[in-house]
Amino acid sequence: MAEHKRKPNLAKEKVPMPEQEPGARARNFDEVALGYTPEQAVEEAKRCLRCKEPRCIDGCPVNVQIPDFIRLIEEGSFLEAYKKILETNSLPAICGRVCPQENQCEKHCLRGEKGEPVAIGRLERFAADYAASVSDNGPGHARHEPIKGRVAVIGSGPAGVTCAGDLAKMGYAVTIFEAFHTPGGVLVYGIPEFRLPKGVVQREINNVKKLGVEIRTNMVVGKVTDIDELFEQGYAAVFIGTGAGLPVFMRLPGENLNGVMSANEFLTRVNLMKAYRFPEYDTPVKVGRRVAVVGGGNVAMDAARSALRLGAEKVYIVYRRSEEEMPARLEEIHHAKEEGIEFKLLTSPVRILGDDAGWVKGMECVEMELGEPDASGRRRPVVKHGSEHVIDVETVIIAIGTTPNPLIARTTEGLELTNFGGIVADEATGRTSRPGVFAGGDIVTGSATVIQAMGAGKKAARAIDEYVSSKR
Amino acid sequence: MNEIIEKRVLAPAIKLFKIQNPLIAKKARPGQFVILRVHDKGERIPLTVADFDPEKGTITLIFQEVGKTTTLLGLLEEGDRILDLVGPLGKPTDLENLQRVVVIGGGLGTALVFSQVKEMHRNGAKLDVIIGARTAELIILEEEIRPYCEKVFIATDDGSKGHKGFVTDLLKRLLDEGNRYDRAIAVGPLIMMKVVSNLTKEYGLPTIVSMNPIMIDGTGMCGGCRLTVGGETKFACVDGPEFDGHLVDFDEVIKRTGMYREQEKIAMDLLRASLRGEYSG
Repeated sequence: MAEHKRKPNLAKEKVPMPEQEPGARARNFDEVALGYTPEQAVEEAKRCLRCKEPRCIDGCPVNVQIPDFIRLIEEGSFLEAYKKILETNSLPAICGRVCPQENQCEKHCLRGEKGEPVAIGRLERFAADYAASVSDNGPGHARHEPIKGRVAVIGSGPAGVTCAGDLAKMGYAVTIFEAFHTPGGVLVYGIPEFRLPKGVVQREINNVKKLGVEIRTNMVVGKVTDIDELFEQGYAAVFIGTGAGLPVFMRLPGENLNGVMSANEFLTRVNLMKAYRFPEYDTPVKVGRRVAVVGGGNVAMDAARSALRLGAEKVYIVYRRSEEEMPARLEEIHHAKEEGIEFKLLTSPVRILGDDAGWVKGMECVEMELGEPDASGRRRPVVKHGSEHVIDVETVIIAIGTTPNPLIARTTEGLELTNFGGIVADEATGRTSRPGVFAGGDIVTGSATVIQAMGAGKKAARAIDEYVSSKR
Repeated sequence: MNEIIEKRVLAPAIKLFKIQNPLIAKKARPGQFVILRVHDKGERIPLTVADFDPEKGTITLIFQEVGKTTTLLGLLEEGDRILDLVGPLGKPTDLENLQRVVVIGGGLGTALVFSQVKEMHRNGAKLDVIIGARTAELIILEEEIRPYCEKVFIATDDGSKGHKGFVTDLLKRLLDEGNRYDRAIAVGPLIMMKVVSNLTKEYGLPTIVSMNPIMIDGTGMCGGCRLTVGGETKFACVDGPEFDGHLVDFDEVIKRTGMYREQEKIAMDLLRASLRGEYSG
């Protein structure tokens, strides 16, 4: 298509994403957003202005060549578009679904200044889903011979899988050690089916396996083996991508009552163990008629929407700041509201009330008002006196954050740690205080996003290549 | 990996498996546990490592068929493999510097203290062991444990063997007779561990109990296994599974353990029906 003939689509809004109706989807675990058709994708791709100096790329932690792949979609070369994304992003079907695009690529899109930015995330998802629909053959590269060295990757979440995939492409023999029985990390235990179908995750993991990466499940590094042993076994370098898997509780009275769960427990039961299909699957989950989810991030939205799908009649999000400060993706907040989740903002729990048998029967809360900004730059909530009130609920899910798992830190000499128990690693390379040991993702930053973890895995892969090459 | 190389029935519904897993066998210490899954729609359950042999690369699990997963596990035979087996998890028991210890095993608990008993014996501690069970045929490992102990006492609820009554009757007698111990280790039903702990508290005898609460990952991730110990919330999987019996809030643990009783029954009923061929799900 000659440039002078091209007429961009000047519609101010994105081509709408086809979705399941809120009423229907609030009772099933099928994916909410259905994805663009080829026609819709081409229509949306036409909204791209093909800026001479595209700013969107800078907003992407893995620098996807956004205008290039969007142009390929517009031209109808969907598979080529997918390959273009794959050059820098090994998990496009996942990123297209779960990245907070509004804070990344789309934030910088020129179209966003007068209307909505180009729907980069939706187009990325389209390209990946299209590629999967026409062929199950992933990127598949034969392993280079001879191999450049062996690398151990701990954790098969976004950071680990990205690092492993990149290293395999460079010619390394990579083994991933995963603690759970299924690989994928937070993508399988944390993010629900209706937002990220597990078939999609499986597909991306298979693509990484096709690159020659070996995945060993049921391996808790720090217990059954440790980093010193990995070096003894001949691994030239180790990447730690173990995430931020420990739940934070609030230390409220009544927090150990039956019916109080961490979001981690609740979501792991539902997603990894498939409790929503009990008794076909053996793991149960118990959800009361009324549920309060404490927190305002994506995990809180995921938990609230899952509770609704498990049959709760009333689900509350209880958040101590206002909606503006909520860390969740805009789309998740929007979807949650559409499905009928009630937001109790500027509300904070003070204790959980139980019955004689030890089950939750309510949660006492106070109202908050916003004061001066705190260390995070957000206005600090302060308690309004005399605002105590009780919300009647049978289930309380605590989704106020997670911290890094200390298992590896405790069993590895010479690893410098952060004050929150994370591993100190150089931002550009993932290098830790111990030679040959690299780290990235939530274990370094504390809970962040899938794509940031992938970005860290990518940088570490390059640094590991340099490190191993220099030792030879 | 994970092949069952020996299967024994120790008592009605209590089975012993020796399982090939050299990695876990090499790292396991007394007091630790594994988590396993028996089929691809299965749940993850924790089981204490009853014994381990690093040279042969095996671990021993002893379990009682009480729910769906343990029942399915019991149906496996020698040569079968356990689908998923992860461990060793939890902290090992600190068994150093003990001169004289009284060990109380209730029901399946006797199996679970076996590796501790062996280890303490190896470290030179003198041991008295009290084994309790509902009835004589549920007494397990009496002969296996005897060579490591000074004395073995038996209590059954129905008096079919040994003392008729509770393990605490025997423990109280030993303490009243002036026996002095550095420590008591009690493993068994929650209620037994509670009454033992209440008794030893009166005598100022430090007591270790082993918790086996509801658990999913076993690595500190879910917090489902949390309990209150000395007023603080602990995770049995990473802070335990053993705790100071005098500090554990047993009533809370008992309530939490019953959290999924209704669902456990549904799963078990469906399994029974399916085993009878009435249900093909």
